[in-house]
Amino acid sequence: MLSIEKLNVSVGDKKILQNFNLKISKGEVHAIMGPNGSGKSTLSYALAGKDGYVVDGKILFKNENIVDLKADERAQRGIFLAFQYPIEIPGVFMNNFLKTSLNAVRKAKNQKEVDVVEFLSLVKQHAKKLGIKEDQLGRALNVGFSGGEKKRNEVLQMSLLEPDLAILDETDSGLDIDALKTVADGVNALRSPHRSFLIITHYQRLLDYIKPDFVHVMVNGSIVKTGCSKLAQELDKIGYKEFQKAI
Amino acid sequence: MSDNLIQEQIKQDYAYGFVTDIESVRAPKGLNKEVIQFISKQKKEPEWLLEWRLKAFERLQSMTEPNWQKPQYPKIDYQALYYYSAPKNFKEGPKSLDEIDPEIKKTYEKLGIPLNEQKRLAGVAVDAVFDSVSVATTFKKKLEDIGVIFCSISEAVQKHPELVKKYLGSVIPLTDHYFATLNSAVFTDGSFVYIPEGLRCPMELSTYFRINASNTGQFERTLIIADKGSYVSYLEGCTAPMRDENQLHAANVELIALDDAEIKYSTVQNWYPGDKEGKGGIYNFVTKRGICKGKNSKISWTQVETGSAITWKYPSCILQGDNSSGEFYSIAITNNYQKADTGTKMIHLGKNTKSRIISKGISAGHADNTYRGLVSIHQKASNAKNYTQCDSLLVGNLCGAHTVPYIDNKNSTSTTEHEATTSKISEEQLFYCKQRGLNQEEAISLIVNGFCKEVLQQLPMEFAVEAQKLVSISLEGSVG
Repeated sequence: MLSIEKLNVSVGDKKILQNFNLKISKGEVHAIMGPNGSGKSTLSYALAGKDGYVVDGKILFKNENIVDLKADERAQRGIFLAFQYPIEIPGVFMNNFLKTSLNAVRKAKNQKEVDVVEFLSLVKQHAKKLGIKEDQLGRALNVGFSGGEKKRNEVLQMSLLEPDLAILDETDSGLDIDALKTVADGVNALRSPHRSFLIITHYQRLLDYIKPDFVHVMVNGSIVKTGCSKLAQELDKIGYKEFQKAI
Repeated sequence: MSDNLIQEQIKQDYAYGFVTDIESVRAPKGLNKEVIQFISKQKKEPEWLLEWRLKAFERLQSMTEPNWQKPQYPKIDYQALYYYSAPKNFKEGPKSLDEIDPEIKKTYEKLGIPLNEQKRLAGVAVDAVFDSVSVATTFKKKLEDIGVIFCSISEAVQKHPELVKKYLGSVIPLTDHYFATLNSAVFTDGSFVYIPEGLRCPMELSTYFRINASNTGQFERTLIIADKGSYVSYLEGCTAPMRDENQLHAANVELIALDDAEIKYSTVQNWYPGDKEGKGGIYNFVTKRGICKGKNSKISWTQVETGSAITWKYPSCILQGDNSSGEFYSIAITNNYQKADTGTKMIHLGKNTKSRIISKGISAGHADNTYRGLVSIHQKASNAKNYTQCDSLLVGNLCGAHTVPYIDNKNSTSTTEHEATTSKISEEQLFYCKQRGLNQEEAISLIVNGFCKEVLQQLPMEFAVEAQKLVSISLEGSVG
């Protein structure tokens, strides 16, 4: 699904990712953990194609090098990023945004665009599962949403767009325990042999609910250790200090 | 996106830039008494109107062009312009739709304004003004049957002189300011509407203005009178060919609402904006003013200004009747080198008068956008209320937005509120949208339409969708 080879990412003179390598196969769930400033969010932005980074190396997605593709082209090919801080867009109602987005992706995949009626029944179905109230769909995108509402909204978009690779950037931050469970349930419901996940997090907590196949420790822009889900529990006890020392 | 593609997109922007190849009759070039006499004669006007025009012309001699506005422009040579241009086989006076020149009919079809009543927009009557003359008015008969007068102002002068005489210049006096006085001297055509007492006009009335001839100014004059307890919704649209020269459109629009009457006036202005280097385009210097003459009357202006090289206008309300209210909803979009200096004046004279101003200015490219407004509350206007909200949105780093609100309050029981924001479409917002599969243009259009929503909602249903598209098209190519 995804193969990152010798990826270097910098902003200005500052090198953030250095010689970064990662392979994710179809259906796998990978977690990346690491201390603040280790480059986790930069990795998610670089994968999603945000402007402003100097990128060198290869990002093979479904066997195509997407390094030169723009963010919308990557999204249309099936990469989804659940943002750590979903941005507010005043005046743009959720319903309208979700429908425009869904149809942009469907169009790119040569699928039939959905009309208003189809869309509404679809979105209501998904919203219900995530405990999102219908009136939230009629509000401006993320404007005045609570932390929990914003994150649920990200998962709602993920389930609508049915990506091949979903990147969750600290989706657990700012969530209370109930919201965390709902969000995790939402993600688990999307797990399939055809879909891969990259979960970026500080804490092991989220991984109690979403069981990863692999856990990677990221320090100073590279992966320094890879293990199974037990590694996450270990990290919870010993912290990242050991790994930071090693470098 | 390659440069070529961007170029193509910009070129496609203005879909109405074609010229209709038609022979026309013009007044001699220049501005003088003889030309005014020529116009008046062409229109077979009564003596009083010619005198009225000449009075305005005389007054004009002692006036100078205002110069306090933000957008500056090269001096206009008024003697180098034509003040009247009409299709050669055009006959003044009422005519049936079959008599219209097929070329002109085709022009309006191309513009998406079918003059054929069978193909009409549902529930919309159209007056079509081509250069200096009204070439057709649809549904005239049907409206006449219920007492609504909807015709060109030239026809109204012939058939309803008492109404024209009473109200023409009653809101915008002859002496008002340079461009208004110029219009009074040389105005050619525009629409006339009268809604009788107690009637809610069942159709949307609209005028479509088209400039076709070159080196010609268009001096529209529109007069709308809503008698006691009546209601009318009126919409105007405008387009012009793409030319390297700047053309002047100096209109005067007067609205009169009597007791308990309501006038809703909407504009979708899409004059040729000039090319992306700022060459050519229309100077849209327009005076629009309504008076809420009677108690409980209401006038509401809604404007979507996307075209013109320079837009310079302040659709205003004089709130004379007690409990009357005025509204101004505006979207002004400037792209490339376009400039706009627009806003409103709300003059509170009566008691318990209310006004509401919602202005959305959007600048992209090298454009410059100014909101300028006046809220004036006179001594006797007890309990007057005003609410003003001015929001500006910037797209890119090279454009400008300015807000110049004047508040003049002479009554201590009144309240005025003013809110203003300036924001920029952020990279983060664009990235979020793109990450969801929208391309740059789609993302900007979505965000801008969201920004304008409050105003777009004010437009009549039939036009809201069109306006929304226009908003998107106007900003195409604004970000490389």
